[in-house]
Amino acid sequence: MKQVFGKTKVLSANPTHYCPGCDHGIVHRLIAETLEELEVADKAIGIAPVGCSVFAYDYFNIDFNQAAHGRAPAVATGIKRTRPDSIVFTYQGDGDLAAIGTAEIIHAANRGENITVVFINNGIYGMTGGQMAPTTLVGMKTQTSPYGRDAATMGSPIRVSEIIATLESPAYVTRVTVNTIANQMKAKKAIKNAFTLQKEKKGFSFVEVVCICPTNWGKKPTDAHKWLAENMLPVFPLGTFKDIHGIEKA
Amino acid sequence: MSKWVINENLCKGCGICIERCPMKILAFAEHLTPKGVHPSSMTDESKCTSCAICAKSCPDVAIQIYKEEK
Ligand SMILES: Cc1ncc(C[n+]2csc(CCOP(=O)(O)OP(=O)(O)O)c2C)c(N)n1
Ligand code: SF4
Ligand code: SF4
Ligand code: SF4
Ligand SMILES: [Mg+2]
Repeated sequence: MKQVFGKTKVLSANPTHYCPGCDHGIVHRLIAETLEELEVADKAIGIAPVGCSVFAYDYFNIDFNQAAHGRAPAVATGIKRTRPDSIVFTYQGDGDLAAIGTAEIIHAANRGENITVVFINNGIYGMTGGQMAPTTLVGMKTQTSPYGRDAATMGSPIRVSEIIATLESPAYVTRVTVNTIANQMKAKKAIKNAFTLQKEKKGFSFVEVVCICPTNWGKKPTDAHKWLAENMLPVFPLGTFKDIHGIEKA
Repeated sequence: MSKWVINENLCKGCGICIERCPMKILAFAEHLTPKGVHPSSMTDESKCTSCAICAKSCPDVAIQIYKEEK
C-alpha cells in the first residue's frame, strides 16, 4: 500500500479548536502544503491575527508571531524588513483585516511589502459570537444587525481585493474559495503563486479566501458551503484582480 | 492494511467527507469518541477508489488514504 494522502509535516499534530466543518482548517493545510512544496517551511514566519485563528501558531510547525487586532501587516513588515530572506505571511479574518486593521493592510499593500497576506472572508466576526463585519452581506442577520444588514444605514459589503487591486504596488491580488474540491485546488494554486512571488522577491501578494462560518451562520457545514456559492460568490466574485508578473500564465 | 484510515481523536463529526464521497461508502459510526462525536466510518472498503476526496475535504486532516500498489 502506498500513501496517496497524509498530513503534511508542516502542520502540527495538535487538534484544532475550530468548530466542526470550519474552513480555517482547510486553508491552514493549503498553506502548510505550499510551504513544504516550495521548501521554505524552515524560513517561514506566520503572523496570527485576533479572531478564531488567533491560535494558528499551535497548528503549524513553523515560526509564528501573534499581532494585536488588525496589526498583522505592520508586524509582518517589521519582520520581513529585518529578515528579508524569511518567508513572511499574515493570516487574517475579515473583522481583523477589513475593520480594525483597514489602515495597516492598505498601507502595507501600497508600500509593496514583499509579504503574503491570506485573508479569510467569512462575512462575520466568528470568534466573538457573530457580529456584523464590513463584509457581511446586505440583509444578513447577525448579533449586531438582528433585522439584517441595512445598506442605507450600515453600508454595503467591502470588496477588499478590488480595493487593493487599485493600488500601484501589489504584485498579485486574487479571490478564491474552498467550498468544493475543484475550488480548493484553485485556492491551493493561488496560495502557491503568492508564496512563489514572495520567494522570488517580486512583491506584495494577497489571497482572499471566501469561507464559511457554520456556527455563526447557523448552518450545517455542508449547507453552509452551498449557501456560500449562492449568496457570497455573487457579491464576492472569484478571480484575479492583479497579476503584474503574469504568474498565473507562467 | 486499510486504504482508509481515520484518526478518530481528530474527527469532529462535521459530515463533509460523508457527503462528498462519490461512492457513498462513508457514514457516521454508532459509537462515540471521547470528544462525544459520532466519527466518520467506512462501510464498504471494497468500493473505495482511494480518490482522497474525503481526506482533502476534512478540515481536521483526520483521514489518511492508501492505494494498492500495482
Ligand atoms: C482591540 C480589540 N478590539 C476588539 C476585540 C474583540 N474581537 C476579538 S476577535 C474579533 C473579530 C474577529 O473576527 P474576524 O477577524 O472576522 O475573524 P473570525 O473569528 O471570523 O475568523 C473582535 C472584534 C479585540 N480582541 N481587540
Ligand atoms: S466561530 Fe466560525 S470561524 Fe470561528 S471556528 Fe467556529 S465556524 Fe470557524
Ligand atoms: S477515498 Fe474516495 S472513494 Fe474512498 S472513502 Fe474517500 S472519498 Fe470515498
Ligand atoms: S470531514 Fe473530517 S471531521 Fe468531518 S466527519 Fe469527516 S473525518 Fe470527521
Ligand atoms: Mg470573520
